[in-house]
Formats: sequence, structure tokens, C-alpha cells
Amino acid sequence: MIAIIDSGGANIASVQFALERLGAESILTKDVKIIQSADKVLLPGVGAAPIAMQNLAEYGLIDCIRDLTQPVMGICLGMQLLFAASPEGNTPLLGIFDADCKTFSPAQGRSVPHMGWNRLSKQQDHPLLAGVGEGAHVYFVHSYFAPITAQTIAATNYGDDFTAIVAGNNFMGCQFHPEKSGLVGAQILRNFLEMPS
Amino acid sequence: MLTKRIIACLDVKDGRVVKGVQFRNHVDMGGILELSQRYADESVDELVFYDITASSDGRVVDKSWVNQIARRINIPFCVAGGIRTIADAKAILNDGADKISVNSPALERPDFISELAATFGTQCVVAGIDSRREGDKLQVYQYTGDETKTIKSKRDTVSWAREVTRLGAGEIVLNCMNNDGVRQGYDIDQLAAVRAAVTVPVIASGGAGDYVHFADLFRQSDIDGALAASVFHSGKIPIPKLKAYLKSESIEVRV
Repeated sequence: MIAIIDSGGANIASVQFALERLGAESILTKDVKIIQSADKVLLPGVGAAPIAMQNLAEYGLIDCIRDLTQPVMGICLGMQLLFAASPEGNTPLLGIFDADCKTFSPAQGRSVPHMGWNRLSKQQDHPLLAGVGEGAHVYFVHSYFAPITAQTIAATNYGDDFTAIVAGNNFMGCQFHPEKSGLVGAQILRNFLEMPS
Repeated sequence: MLTKRIIACLDVKDGRVVKGVQFRNHVDMGGILELSQRYADESVDELVFYDITASSDGRVVDKSWVNQIARRINIPFCVAGGIRTIADAKAILNDGADKISVNSPALERPDFISELAATFGTQCVVAGIDSRREGDKLQVYQYTGDETKTIKSKRDTVSWAREVTRLGAGEIVLNCMNNDGVRQGYDIDQLAAVRAAVTVPVIASGGAGDYVHFADLFRQSDIDGALAASVFHSGKIPIPKLKAYLKSESIEVRV
């Protein structure tokens, strides 16, 4: 069973539907026991970092997530939550990855949010990237980003280079929305589902 | 590099996709799910569903198809039409839409945009603007879904675009009404004026009739995406051919 953590944001249904299309059963939950016993855990997130962290704290999920040993994947804001801090309301995050998120500043030819399809550039081999071609397009929507770190396995450029996919031990994250990224996104989700629990 | 988005707009009326000329004389174009799936398969970058009757009838969009689309297609989509309350927006986003677009209700009560942005994040909130060129002025129109109810608002297009982004809209779809459905090209000057006034993405709507109109738009402005309806629905411009053409013109697209 795949647990999708309900951190209170809207649009979590899309992740569940994407798993359905891949034939995987999932449950939307904020129950610590269900999350701990799941084969895999997804942490989606749309909205603001301070509210998402406040919700995780209220549901008693902060230590629960940090202590998980099965494969865990954050999506969009859910990926950023795995990092140390966000400039959005100066919010401390889960701190699984040791870097702080930053803000895109608008510039000529660079609208903010970064919204649309952009390319993945592989930085390291990883099972999550199996069958994903160099330069494959995926769908992004975000105004904050995580910098490139030693755990960055795919990067994207939008004026700044930033982490598109991060992976370290059992924790992974995608800044883009794999559930909305066509066949490439479906391949990445399938790779996650096929990882040993 | 971020690609230029090609967006198919499906005007929805009574659960069917329709398209009129300059917002009039609606012609049935097909079923919502079938058309959506076709576009996703053809690698359209995004879909927008406008319930064109909703705002003027005081109805909310029928939500059952939102859920069906979210279950079936794996690309982003936006829903517009008569979204007047946080609860309306929440239901649509929870059903799997990525964004909601507000137009007439935001003109009635601009603070609605800031409430939506505070609740769901700016990335979910699109401001639709229907703009008509009148002499040397750009004028925002309201209730354009029904010509008997369409009125000229008191707003000037560029200042309204600035205001909606200040309030928290994360994207603007600018419908240039004079050009809509007449297939003579986008109103690039008008789009560039709005593009220069805001920092959020701006999507062009109204006027696409030929391949070169898309290339002109992207070469002559910093517009983030192009939306069209009838040329896509009718098959006059197949999306894979459009993207291959744009790529050959050195415009960054997802193929």
C-alpha cells in the first residue's frame, strides 16, 4: 500500500489518480500508524510552506516523516519540505537534505512562478531515472527552488540551475509534478513504485 | 530552457465543447473527455476549460467532468467559469484541476483573488481578462459568455492586469476580443503591453489562424504561452505539426 500524506493542500487527488493509472493502490492519510506501515510514502504539496509545516506539526507527522525507512518521495512543495529551510515566511523545514530553498526573482524573459514544461538534465545515475531520456520535459509550477546539492540527481535551468530531482538514502523528491508530466512523469512514478520497500 | 506553452481552450456549454466567432454563434465541437484525451496524446502542454455560460447564468461549472478528466489525462488543466466562492474553487481543485481561473467575479470583487491566493497559493490562481481595443484604449469587458449580458467594465486592461497580480494572481490569460475567432493573428502589441506591466506568466488568447501567428507571437514578445481553440478543434492546425514547425523556427517547445 502507498500512503499519500494529506498535508492539507488542495489538488492531492491528482497524485492518487496518477497512481491509479499505473495500477497502484493508495490511501490519502495523516494517520501516523498507516504512514509508518506503508510500503512507500508520497508527500505531495501545493500551497505555502509555512501552512504545510504547521499542518504536519499539528498532525504529529514531523518526526514520523523524518524517521521513515521505506522509500519516500516529496512532490513540488513536498520536495522542498525535505530541505532545511524556506525563505517563504522564514520557515524551518524537515531538514532531511541539508540546504536552504531560495526564491526566483523576476527578470526580463523570466516570469515568476516558473510555470510550464522544462528539461531534466541528469546529474547522477539513479533508479528513479531509469528509462528517462536526457533533456526530457516535465511540468513545473513553483516560485521557490532548492539549489544544486551533492544529492541532486537531475537539474533544471530557469535563469538559475536548481534541483529538479533529489535522492539520498530512502528520501527522494521531484520539484515538478510527475503526476502531470505526461509519459515522462508516469515513468518516474513507475520507477518509484518498483523500488524495493 | 522553459518551453513556450501551447494551450488548447475548450469552451464548455452544457457539458459539450463549443466554439463561437467573437464569443457568438456557438457550434458543437465534441465531447469533453474525447477531445481532452486527443489533445493529451498529441502533446498539448495544457488544457483550459471555460464554462462560458456559468458567470452570466450565476451557475457553477458542473464538477463531474473535472474529476473524470483528472482521472484520465496526465497533463495540467485549468477550470474557469463562475467560480465565486472559496468553496467553489476548493471543490474543483480537490477534484484534480491544477488551476482555477476567475474573470467576472474578480471584477465584481477584486479581493476574491487575494482570498484565493491566500488559501491555495498564487500558482493555482489565474486571472482571465477579456479585453477590447477601443481607439487607442484597452478596455476590460465583463460577462462575455453571453452577449446579451456583456458589459464594458470601468477597468483599463493594463492597470487591471497590474492589480490582479498585486492581489495574487499567478498567471494572466489575456483574451483579445477583437481578434477572437477571426484567425488574423494575435494582438501582439496589446499582449506585449500587458507582458511588460507584470512579472507573472501571460498567456495569449484570441486570433490564432495559421502557424506563422504562433511564431510571430513568440518572436515578437516575451509571452509565455499561446492559447487557441477552433484551429485546434477543427484540425486546421494539428498540435504535433505546430510544434514541429515552431521547433524548426528555433522556438523552444516540448515535442
